[in-house]
This record gives sequence, C-alpha cells and structure tokens, in this order.
Amino acid sequence: MGQITLQKVTKSFGDVEVIPPLDLDIQDGEFTVFVGPSGCGKSTLLRLIAGLEDITSGHISIDGNDATDIPPAKRGLAMVFQSYALYPHMSVRKNIAFPMRMAKMDQAEQDRRIEQAAAALNLTDYLDRRPGQLSGGQRQRVAIGRAIVREPAAFLFDEPLSNLDAALRVGMRMEISELHKKLATTMIYVTHDQVEAMTMADKIVVLRAGHIEQVGSPLELYRNPRNTFVAGFIGSPKMNLIEGEEAAKNGGHTLGIRPEHIDVSATEGQWQGTVGVAEHLGSDTFFHVHQTGLTDTITVRAPGEVSFRHGDTIYMTPRTEQLHRFDDKGLRIA
Amino acid sequence: MARAVTNQRKMINTGAAWIIGLLIFFPILWTILTSFKSEAQAIADPPIFLFFDWTTENYSTVMERSNYGRFLWNSIFIAGGSTILGIIIAVPAAWSMAFVPSKRTKDILLWMLSTKMLPAVGVLYPIYLLFIQFGLLDNVYGLTFVLMLINLPIIVWMLYTYFREIPGEILEAARMDGATLRDEILYVLTPMAIPGIASTLLLNFILAWNEAFWTLNLTAAKAAPLTAFIASYSSPEGLFYAKLSAASTMAIAPILILGWFSQKQLVRGLTFGAVK
Amino acid sequence: MATKASRSAARVMMAPAVVLLLGWMLVPLIMTLWFSFRTYLPLRGGDQGWTGFDNYVRFVTSSSFWPAISTTLVLLIGVLTITIVFGILLAILLDQPMWGQGVVRILVIAPFFVMPTVSALVWKNIFMDPTNGLLAHLWRFFGADSVSWLSDAPMVSLIMIVSWQWLPFATLILLTAIQSLDGEQMEAAEMDGASVLSRFFYIALPHLSRAITIVILIQTIFLLAIFAEIFVTTGGAFGTRTLSYLIFQRVLESQNIGLGSAGGVYAIILANIVAIFLMRIVGKNLD
Repeated sequence: MGQITLQKVTKSFGDVEVIPPLDLDIQDGEFTVFVGPSGCGKSTLLRLIAGLEDITSGHISIDGNDATDIPPAKRGLAMVFQSYALYPHMSVRKNIAFPMRMAKMDQAEQDRRIEQAAAALNLTDYLDRRPGQLSGGQRQRVAIGRAIVREPAAFLFDEPLSNLDAALRVGMRMEISELHKKLATTMIYVTHDQVEAMTMADKIVVLRAGHIEQVGSPLELYRNPRNTFVAGFIGSPKMNLIEGEEAAKNGGHTLGIRPEHIDVSATEGQWQGTVGVAEHLGSDTFFHVHQTGLTDTITVRAPGEVSFRHGDTIYMTPRTEQLHRFDDKGLRIA
Repeated sequence: MARAVTNQRKMINTGAAWIIGLLIFFPILWTILTSFKSEAQAIADPPIFLFFDWTTENYSTVMERSNYGRFLWNSIFIAGGSTILGIIIAVPAAWSMAFVPSKRTKDILLWMLSTKMLPAVGVLYPIYLLFIQFGLLDNVYGLTFVLMLINLPIIVWMLYTYFREIPGEILEAARMDGATLRDEILYVLTPMAIPGIASTLLLNFILAWNEAFWTLNLTAAKAAPLTAFIASYSSPEGLFYAKLSAASTMAIAPILILGWFSQKQLVRGLTFGAVK
Repeated sequence: MATKASRSAARVMMAPAVVLLLGWMLVPLIMTLWFSFRTYLPLRGGDQGWTGFDNYVRFVTSSSFWPAISTTLVLLIGVLTITIVFGILLAILLDQPMWGQGVVRILVIAPFFVMPTVSALVWKNIFMDPTNGLLAHLWRFFGADSVSWLSDAPMVSLIMIVSWQWLPFATLILLTAIQSLDGEQMEAAEMDGASVLSRFFYIALPHLSRAITIVILIQTIFLLAIFAEIFVTTGGAFGTRTLSYLIFQRVLESQNIGLGSAGGVYAIILANIVAIFLMRIVGKNLD
C-alpha cells in the first residue's frame, strides 16, 4: 500500500514561502516524478513527504491516515539520497540491515531479506565490504537495497542518479524502472532531468517556484503542455516558442512548435532562414537556424541524412496539426 | 609545489632544524637524564651528559617518600573524569548546533567561548567560598567538576567542528530508516565521529592534566594532583635535583606521549577552527 | 533538516551545557561584583558593609598597582615578541624539505605539553640556580660570573621560561598557516622577479597575518592569567607581580576580598577587551 495525499500543503522558511498551497494525489503503485529546474521546490516537497521537514500548514496523509505530525521514522517510507548517504563505518550487509535492526526484526528474517536484496541487486559478492570500497553504481545499489528490505509503503528518490556518469545513469534508470515493475510499490522520484522524467514516470509533476505547473502522463505533457513553461521544459530539444506577427496569424500570443514537427527543404517552405550550427548525431540531425525573422534561433530536428551546412539557406514548414498556441499569459489555447 | 631541492640545501635545512629542535627539547631531555643520576652526579661540575652511573633509585625514593601514587591517581581521576563528563555533556550540544543550527547557534558558540576567557583569578574567591560552603575544598569531585566547566567550551567547539564535517544526509537516512534520536546519535553519529571524539578527548585530557590554577588553589593534600605534588618541591632542601627530575619526569612523561599523538588536533582545538 | 521535533530535541540537548556554563559564568561573576563594593576582610572583622567604589579606587591607587600593570605588559610584550618572531622563523624552517621532519616537529612541540609547575621548577632549579644550575656551569665555563637569574634578572628569566612554553604553540599554528600557502602563488611571484625577502614581506607575511593575530590574541588571554610559573619561581617577589598575581595575593594571602574582587573586575574587563577581538575573528570563520 502506498497512497499519498497532499492537501493545501505549504512550506515557508522564515518569511519566504517556498511551497504555496499545493494539492496532490499519488496513487498506490504509481511511479511519480517531480521535475523542474533547480530551486523549484521539488526536493523540499519530497522532504515534506518524508517528514524531514515540517509542513507549515496543510495535511499529508499516507494510506488514508494523517501523517502530518508523524516523525520520518514512523511514516513507513524509504528514501534514497542523492549522496547515497550510506553509513561509512558499516559493511554493506550492516548498511542494508540497519533499518531492520532499528525495527528489531528477527535475525533470521533479516538475513533472508539481505540475501534476497543482494541477489536482486548484484551485491552478493560485496556484502562484507565498506561503502568506501565500492563504485558509484554499487553504492547506489546498496542505498536501494537498504530501502527495499523495509518493504516500505513508498520509495522516495532524491535525484539518485545525478552523481553517476552518463553511461551508468542510463543503466540505473532501467534498473529502477524494472524494480518498480517488479515490486509495484509507489515511488516518488525527484529529478531536474526531463529525460529521466519522460522515460520512467507513470505520472509527471512539473514544478516551478513551488507551484505545480502540470500533472500528467509523459505523453499528455508532451502533447498538451498546459503552458509555455511546461512546453519548453518537456521534450528535447526544446520546443520553439515564437511570438509576434507569426503567432498572431495563427491565433495566439505565442506559437509553439517542436523541432521534430518541422519539415525542411532546400527549395521551398513556409519559413526561411540560415543554418548556424548543424549537429549530426547520425540518427538525427539538429539544425539551429538563424535569421528567420521569427525568433532568435529555430531548432529543427531532421533525419540523419539531411545535410545542410553553416551558412546554407534552409526552408522550413511546420506541421499545422502539431502547432501549440498560447495566450498572452502563456496558457494553452485549446 | 614540490620542487627539486639540492641535497646540499636539504642538508643545511636538516642540520639547522635538528640543532634548534634539540635545543628546544634540551630542558626536557636534561631533566629525564638527571632523573637517572645520583644526587652528587646531578650537580657535578662540569655537568655529566651521558656517562654517569645510571640508577633508578630516585624513582623508588620519590614513590616511597611522597605517596606519589595518590597524586598520580588524583591527576588521572580529575583529568579523565572531567574530560569524559565534558564529552557526555558536549556531544548532544554539539549535535544540536551542528545539525539543527538556528540563528542563535553562532551566538551561543561565541558566548561559550567567552566563558573560557573569564580570568580565573577574577572569580577565585567566589569559587573558593562556594567550595567551602559545599564542602568541596580539597575534594576530587569538586575539582573534576570545575575542570570540566573550564574545558567544556573547548570540547563543545572541537566536537562541533568535527560534527560539521559529517553530511547531514546520513543522519537523515538513519531517521528514514527508523532510527530514534538516541539510535541516530549512538549508532550513526558517534561511530562516524570516533576520530574527532578521540582527539577531543586527548587534547582535553592534556589540558586538564596540566591545569595549574584551580588545582593549586582548591586542593591541600587529599585531592592534590601532580601539579600540586610538583609545586611542593619548590622549596629547595639540600641535594634534590635528581629526585626533582624523577618526579618531574613521572608527571610529564604520560602527557608527552599522549601529546605527540594529538599534535595535529592541537591547532584545531586551540584556535577554535580559525586556523586550518 | 529541521522539524519542530528536531528543533525542540536540539534545545533539550543543548540545555545541560548552556545551563552549566551560564551558572559557571554568572554566579561567580555576580559574587565578585558584590564583594567588590563591600569591605570584606574574613580574618579581620568579616563583611563590614558597602563602601561604594572605594575598593576600585584603592586598587588603582595602591603603590603596587602600576608596577603590576607594567610587569604584566613587559611579560606580555616580551613573550609575544619572542614567540612570534621565533615562531615565524621556526615555522618557515620546519616547512623546508629535510630529513626527519616529523621527529623535529615533535621535539619542538614537546615543551607545550610540560606541566607549568614542572617547567617552572625545572628552570628555576636545574637551569637557573646560581650555584648548581646548568646556566651557571655554562657561564663559569666561559669564565663569567654566574648570574642569580631569578633575583637579578627576574623578568628576563620569567619571559624566558614562559616563552619556552609558548613557542611551540606559536610555531605549530604558524606552520599550519604556512602549509596552507599556495605554492603557485609563490612561484608566480618568483617568475615576476620578486626576491626572497620581498616574497616573504609581500606574500608570506600577509598570508600569515590572520594566524599571527590569532596567536597574539589567544596567548594574550593565557598570559594575562599566568599563575603557576610565578607562584613556583618567585612567588611574586623581585618585581614579578603581575596584575593577576596581585589579585591572587589580595584575595588569598592578605584576605582582602573586597579589594581583590575590585581587581578581579578590572582583570575581567581587560580580558574581555582582548576577547572581543578574538571572537570577531573566530565568528567570521563560522559563516
């Protein structure tokens, strides 16, 4: 079980309100990702759920029980920290056993769960080492192991992959996703990386300055961003946002078009510009186009074989059905 | 940057440093040597450096004559007791200041430091009077308590600087793992801070061992530690250099050895983290 | 990490230390202030009531006040000068590459760990004794008349003993500071054509200024309160009576509590002036 509800939750540090009143429902078994730029309050929100910080007002309930004033130790949640926060003076085995030791669990049961977790996380050979002797990825697994053995109501992840190198990050991303499928336990995952959010989440919560900008599945957010902030944040490369005459012509204050929704041609098209930089990735090519008269730079994603060079003139045609229109407050026009 | 230094330069450095080092150390060395001489050889003219008849009789004389054991025990009890008591009181306080800092934390730390600077002589009589009132004069418990109070600011400070190096996330992880405050301090913080706690223990033991204002003024015979034992040798009665040296060596030897282990922590402890 | 629960736990856990130190500070301080305004002679009539600022006036107008102040200052300045000048030189020397650096460090630091009564007694008898002291032997060896150090040159002797005790402290702290000096900065200065001396005065010394200030302040606080060294060597005779020793004598030897307490208040004020500067530096380092 692991249904978490936040009702009118606020958080202030002194006079600074970092979380204005916020409501959120997280269903049992759901993989929810909090995403947003740094300083948006996503980690604070996670720590409020964990109980590591007091909420200033509002209520948090876990599985229908009011958890607002329950200390972190008693909430039945497990957390994986950005720095892993392993106990450096304990072996891997003792690290994983620690929450069970605190719960005064029977020793045989402790051993059974440790063996099980170690096998699942490929840690069996490392159980008697200290965290200092492990690689970054292994430490990460120990932190996850420590969380699993408690069989918590929900897992909380605070940017767990940001200390790993790129290759390892992709691998761990999949491991965590698989773990979620296997355990079917609620997971709340904080990240600033929208790729992690898109690939892992059942539900994404986009945050800015403590506000929830939009909640939805990855594809919902991709297809129907509620405002220009979400539009620009979700998707890579970023959506092109065009203001002015061209936007007005299409019936909005701001016009959005994703780079992958623009067709290019050397001879004709709706818009014209000069190629600044062409990034060839093999499978795709990104063109950064200047002098379009629309906005500073238009980014276009084209198939890998398309070849324009710096200085070439390029013609672009947006797919009309993929255009996003926003009003002067940045809100989507349906 | 490590730079290639000519061997000649290095030899000059080495020579100069060793000469100066030995010169500074000489009074201690000489005291130790004298403690193994007979009284006659101790004052021989010209002085004998190494080639004398080594004897340990001074040590046995000192121990027999002056109840050395009791002074030693008082020193150990007072220095050890005040340090351990201080650490028991300071660990929770340092935990609070390092991990739950508030706006007042800095003021409290500085205020604690300021109590350390109160000149002892300014409050001598009140303390003396209170000791008489409570029957603590010449009492090891009273002295232990006073030395604990004197060193408490340093203990809190040292522990605070060590605790601050421990990432708060680890303590939060313990909390998430179901640890109570007691578990968190006992099973996570303390084991992680063992090196820091050990250095704090060591340095404060040394400071308490060598403290010579309160130990001289608040004891007579029963509770007197080694500082007072040594001071009792201040009136010369005939030939006594060798015995004085033996007594001195016994009083400083344990602390010299401990001190050499704590030299790195000394700077941190005595400058309150202001010099790194 | 700050929840209401942890904040209240923090307050509870800080309470014993704070309460004890508060008591340790306030109770004697208030008693000293109280006594300083009273005529209080325990052996000659006890507490004889209020006298206003009499004790304060008498303390500073007594014939021993100014000599005590000057003794205190001479001792302070003498020891500070010696320990800082030699401390810097020694720290620079110890920072050079050499064989057996660790051992030399230990030799240099050792005096700091010697109990003050031991060091005073050893110096007084084994070194400074006019007939059997080692210095007397040395003087005679060179054909000079031996000096009775503690009666003929009491301040020089006292400064020597105290400097020997505190030189390790200064050296150790200055050495720590020197070791944190950026080597590349020195090399850059060398590339810019700075001589050894100008490198010392324009780069090393400014870098050390903070450490030097701290050494001065901490030593000042300890030196103002110096006791055992005087108690054991001269007992305050031969013009070695410092301010704190004078107060000690007023209180415990002549049992004039009122007068001694007034002196104590002066000493506390003096120490606080030094302390304020020290705390500023330490406080800055806390942020």
